[in-house]
Amino acid sequence: MAVRQGGKWKVMDMTGNSLDHHLQRYAQRTSGMRASAIRALFSVANRPEVVSLAGGMPFLNSLPLESLAAEAASLINEDGLVALQYGSGQGIGELREQICQVMALEGIQAHPDDVVVTVGSQMALDLSTRIFIDPGDVILAEAPSYVGALSTFSSYQADVVHVSMDDAGLVPEALEAAIEAVRASGRRIKLLYTIPNYHNPAGVTLSAERRPRIAEICREAGITILEDNPYGLLGFDNKIHRAIRADDADNVIYLGSFSKTFAPGLRVGWVLAPHAVREKLVLANESATLNPPVFNQLMVSRYLHNFDWQGQIKAYQQTYAERRDAMLQALQTLMPPGTTWTTPTGGFYVWVTLPEGLDTAAMLPRAVTARVAYVPGNAFYADGFGSRQMRLSFCYPTPERIVEGVHRLAAVIDSELEILQTFGGPRPHGAITGERSPSPDTA
Amino acid sequence: MTDRHVVVLAGGLTHEREVSLRSGSRLADSLRRHGHDVTIRDVDATILPWLAEHTPDAAIIALHGGRGENGAVQEVLEMAGIPYLGTPSHNCRLAWDKATAKTLLRRAGFHTPDWITLSHQTFRDLGAPAMVEAVVRHLGLPLMVKPHQGGSGLGAGVVRGAEDLPGALIDAFAYGTVVLVEQFVTGTELALSVLDAPAPDPDEGSTHEDTLRLPGVTDYSDAATRTTSFALPAVEIVPPGDVFDYEARYTAGTTTYHTPARLPADQAAAAGAMAVAAHRTLGLRDVSRVDAIVDKTGVVHFLEVNVSPGLTETSMLPMAVAAAGRELGELYSELIETAISRS
Repeated sequence: MAVRQGGKWKVMDMTGNSLDHHLQRYAQRTSGMRASAIRALFSVANRPEVVSLAGGMPFLNSLPLESLAAEAASLINEDGLVALQYGSGQGIGELREQICQVMALEGIQAHPDDVVVTVGSQMALDLSTRIFIDPGDVILAEAPSYVGALSTFSSYQADVVHVSMDDAGLVPEALEAAIEAVRASGRRIKLLYTIPNYHNPAGVTLSAERRPRIAEICREAGITILEDNPYGLLGFDNKIHRAIRADDADNVIYLGSFSKTFAPGLRVGWVLAPHAVREKLVLANESATLNPPVFNQLMVSRYLHNFDWQGQIKAYQQTYAERRDAMLQALQTLMPPGTTWTTPTGGFYVWVTLPEGLDTAAMLPRAVTARVAYVPGNAFYADGFGSRQMRLSFCYPTPERIVEGVHRLAAVIDSELEILQTFGGPRPHGAITGERSPSPDTA
Repeated sequence: MTDRHVVVLAGGLTHEREVSLRSGSRLADSLRRHGHDVTIRDVDATILPWLAEHTPDAAIIALHGGRGENGAVQEVLEMAGIPYLGTPSHNCRLAWDKATAKTLLRRAGFHTPDWITLSHQTFRDLGAPAMVEAVVRHLGLPLMVKPHQGGSGLGAGVVRGAEDLPGALIDAFAYGTVVLVEQFVTGTELALSVLDAPAPDPDEGSTHEDTLRLPGVTDYSDAATRTTSFALPAVEIVPPGDVFDYEARYTAGTTTYHTPARLPADQAAAAGAMAVAAHRTLGLRDVSRVDAIVDKTGVVHFLEVNVSPGLTETSMLPMAVAAAGRELGELYSELIETAISRS
């Protein structure tokens, strides 16, 4: 041992060490990038012992893997020198044509020249924010909204103002009121970010009646709409909702994705934008990635060409519908009085509101101990709301595991209610910075 | 000796899984640089068959919280006959429970803040308002509230007013069924890493004075086990707020560390001595980390001890090792040999 040998040990002066000598050089936008005990808990959620109702992973088991493997081999054999080479910053022309055919299912008439292929629609979201947002600009978003979008908006130092939803989606009157209030405060609104179909996390869908009204309000107010539609083809009632973009080509930027309808690992999404916007998006895309991965684009293109992709989507719909039913039934049977939830007609998520006084972020450690996980509601708000809410995903676990997960969750909620009862009711909420922004099942 | 087959156990199902994975990964890298064949394994239903099939030369437990520190995994390794680095199972059980460790050390004459441990059932059955009032009357304010088991600052909070105690209790109860409420002592917060080494052999003409040249280091030799325990330079922790919580621990740049601690020589020596004595009193082995506070009068207060200290990029044991001029993989290589030699 070193002690016996002497000489190995010495004292070095390491005083005043912050462990990060870059500390004084970071951009302001990194100020929110910190370790989080809540985020760390999701490391446990990924273990098979835990029923994770947290993640939004598509259930890929029904994909024809052997055929896809042969297709990938064929792609390399026949087209390898193209597939493995740099490509166009806008994406492959043939895929953009196919994307237009996919969007036609939602009533969109688009030209392939106006499509930019991106590394998942998350990159499309990033690029769109990059070209529109200066620090302090306001983005309107549903209450609640997609956590990945809020993260992107935060990284560009946008101010997010939430707008109420109900069971029919974004409320037009609330949108008008929010626009008026923001303008009265002297701030500038650039974008409305909306997920009209099978909302993440709320699970609700914007009604057909409201879509033209929302488009009209934004057009008149000079606000560009970012229509994010990853779940649009995953309805459970054989219904495809007409996109907002279908009736407003000038004021809507449409984001699409193959992550939910095919495979998220390929990271292929797209953005459809008016000509002038598209030019900037291509340049921004080249700046960010040079080009989206050519191999992955060609795989998607071959999949759309050679496989029954619409049949695969029907298989997904059936799987997710069964799981949705299992979750709703379990919630109905097991949740304590005072709990409410949305009833999705497609997509991946149910939005649950717990009885007054419960805090889903504070409750998560108890849930992890009970081996069930969810995403606390405040992750989906930029203003500190959502403490009573949680997002439950039904896309990945089997129906049996969903029932088991809800069973465990109900026990956790009972324990938490008992604790609250012991200590005399609800505790005060934490840092709420925005105005009250009710979520769909409580509006 | 190098080229040992070492299994690093990391992960687990506790709230500290993420930290454990980072500790295990960092340790494995360090050991591989020293020529060892390292396998990282989670502790799940596959571990016993894996140990039986591969019979590694030694195991290192990089699990934090739960089975990794309460003696359960140690017991499994003892049953499987795998030499392991660290404290034996029965002593883990004493050190792991914060109240038990404090009780044992107070009986042995250590300073430790007054405390009380309470279950949710106690509050429920006796009435929370009366209990909260009694706790505040008994211990005074401010108070530190934390789960009685577990680490990484999870569920811990400082209470400055009686009205804040119920909220802090609810937060702590989210991590376990029993909480420890203790007087909050202000002062210099320290992490004191303690190592064991074979005792110097008088026949070789070596003495402690010759070999332990670290200022402020106190060693303690034990004839029965022929080991010497000694403390590495104390790491002084200056978190941004009242509590050295999860965010402060694992966001580099948030907390400032001073190694060695900025203490007068006598206080630094007293702190090291306390850590070594606590390590010995609780029957800890190979390596531990004692958390302590030196108050304004220079008294060193024991807070808690870790039998499986964090080994991440922001953890205090690796800082102390670096400040002592050593490299983590080299040090753990020596501890591996110690573990193998006693099997």
